[in-house]
Amino acid sequence: MKENKKEKTPAVAPDPAALIEVQHLTKSYGQLKVLDDISEKITEGEKIAVIGPSGSGKSTFLRCLNVLEDPSDGHVFFEGNDLCDLKVDINLQRRRMGMVFQQFNLFNNMNVIKNIMLAPVHVQKQDLRKTRTKNFFTRIKNLFRKKDKREPLINYGKTLKQIKIEARENALRLLERIGLADKADAYPSTLSGGQRQRIAIVRALAMNPKVMLFDEPTSALDPEMVGEVLELIKELARGGMTMVIVTHEMGFAREVATRVMFMDGGKIVEQGPPDQVFESPDNPRLKDFLSKVL
Amino acid sequence: MWQIFWKQFYTEGAYKNILLGLRNTLVIAICGLIIGIAIGTIVACVQVAGRRNKVAKVFSVAGDVYTGIFRGTPIVVQLLVFHFIIFASVDIDGLTEAILVFGLNSGAYVAEIMRGGILSVDAGQLEAGRTLGLSYPAAMLKIVFPQAVKNVIPTLGNELIALTKDTSVAGFVGTIDLTVAFRAISSATYEFIVPYIMLAVVYLAIIIIFTVIIRLAERRLRRNERK
Ligand SMILES: Nc1ncnc2c1ncn2[C@@H]1O[C@H](COP(=O)(O)OP(=O)(O)O)[C@@H](O)[C@H]1O
Ligand SMILES: [Mg+2]
Repeated sequence: MKENKKEKTPAVAPDPAALIEVQHLTKSYGQLKVLDDISEKITEGEKIAVIGPSGSGKSTFLRCLNVLEDPSDGHVFFEGNDLCDLKVDINLQRRRMGMVFQQFNLFNNMNVIKNIMLAPVHVQKQDLRKTRTKNFFTRIKNLFRKKDKREPLINYGKTLKQIKIEARENALRLLERIGLADKADAYPSTLSGGQRQRIAIVRALAMNPKVMLFDEPTSALDPEMVGEVLELIKELARGGMTMVIVTHEMGFAREVATRVMFMDGGKIVEQGPPDQVFESPDNPRLKDFLSKVL
Repeated sequence: MWQIFWKQFYTEGAYKNILLGLRNTLVIAICGLIIGIAIGTIVACVQVAGRRNKVAKVFSVAGDVYTGIFRGTPIVVQLLVFHFIIFASVDIDGLTEAILVFGLNSGAYVAEIMRGGILSVDAGQLEAGRTLGLSYPAAMLKIVFPQAVKNVIPTLGNELIALTKDTSVAGFVGTIDLTVAFRAISSATYEFIVPYIMLAVVYLAIIIIFTVIIRLAERRLRRNERK
C-alpha cells in the first residue's frame, strides 16, 4: 500500500465531442481492485457492447458511468459535467441516463403505469415547486424595486395536473409501443420476465434519456423471452439512442454494436468494431473467451 | 363462588371499574403502539440513513443507545424508574404515564422491526429509483418505505399482541387496568378463582379479536398486490 491518504487524480478538461468520458476510472473494494485506471470516451450515437468473463468488472464499469457506484479514483464526465464532483447535482444528471438491470427492478409496490409515471411526475413536480419558491422570493424582492426594474416571474408552463396527465399519456404511448397497454394496471408480480424487462426499458425511456445503460438485460430471462427484449433494444438502437450494453449475447452484440469492448481483470483489454473483435482478436484472453462463448 | 363474584361484580358496582380497566388497557396498548410506531419509524430511518450519511450516523448511535436501554431492561423497571424518578416531581396521571412508557418501550422494538423491514427490501428497488433521478430520501419514501411497511405488518401485529399482554403491569404506576380491576374484586371478596379466570378470559378475548383483525388486514394487503 503506497498511498495511505488517497490523493484523487485531477480531472482534465473533458472532450466536448464526447457524451460520456471517463478519466483514470478506478474502483476498489478494500484490497480488491475491480476497475483499474480506465480512460474512455463515448460519443453520441455509439452503441457499445461490453463483453468479458464474469467478475471482470463489467457491471461495476457500467454502474460507475452513472455513479451508482462511487469511483475510488478518477472522473466520469457526462455532457461535460463531472459526476464525481459533489457540486454537480447527480439527480439532475441521472435523469438523462437510463439504466436497465438484469433483475428488472420494477417497483413492486406500484402497478405498471405508476412505475413508468413515477419519475417523470416526481422530477417535474420538484421543478415546479422550485420555480414557485423562486417566484415567491422574486415577488418579495420586487416589492422593493422600482416598477421598471422588477424581475419577471418564471412561468413553468404546466400545472401539477397537466404534468400528471401528460405523464400518463406518455406512459400509455410507451406501453402501446411495446404492446402492453392492457397491462397498465397490472402489478409487476403478475407479469412475465420478458414483459417486466420491456416495461423497465420504457420506464427509463419515459425520462427521455440521452444514453441507456443495460446491465445484462436478458440474463435473468427464460430463453423464449430473450428475443422480445433484444428486439426492443435493437429498435432503440435503430432510433439512434446512445447505449452501453453489458451482454453475453454475442450474436446480438455483433449485430447492434458499433464498438465492442472486452474487459478482463478490471481493464478494457481490447476494443474495436464488432467484426474486428470477433473475427480477428489479438488479445490471447479475448481469443480464449471467444472460443468458450461462441 | 359465582354468587360472591357476581355480587361484587354487579351489585357492588365493580363492573364499572372493570370497564374502566378494559378501556385503559386498550388505550395503553393502542396509543402505546402508535407512539411506538412513530418513534420506531424515525429511529429506524435514521439508523438506515446512518449507513451512508455521517450526520445521520451520530443520531443513529443515539438510536442504538435508546433501543439498547429499552430492550435491555424489564418493562416493570422502566415503569418504576419513570414513576419514581423521572416523573417524581411532575404532576402526571398514571394513564398518561403508562402510555408514555409503553410507547417508548414499544418504540425500541418497532425500531428493530422497521429497520429489518427496510433492509429486507431488495437493494435494486432503491437503485432503480436513484437511476431515474430520484434523490435518496425521495426514493426511500416513495419506493422502499411502502414496501417495508407492508413487510412488517404481520410483525407489528405481533407487537400489538405482546404489548397488550405487557400492559398487565401498568398498575405499578397507579393506573387502573384490567388486572388491577379484577384484583380489586379478588381482594374485596377473598375469592381468587373466578376473578382471575375471568381476567384471563378477557385478555384472551382481546388477543383473539386483535389476531383476527391483523389476519384480515394482511389478507387485504396481499390481495392488493395481485390484481
Ligand atoms: N459491493 C461489492 N463489494 C465487494 N466486491 C464487489 C462488490 N461488487 C462487485 N464486487 C466484486 O467486483 C468484481 C467485479 O464485479 P462485477 O463488476 O459485478 O463483474 P461482472 O459484471 O463483470 O461479472 C467481482 O470480483 C465482484 O466480486
Ligand atoms: Mg455483472
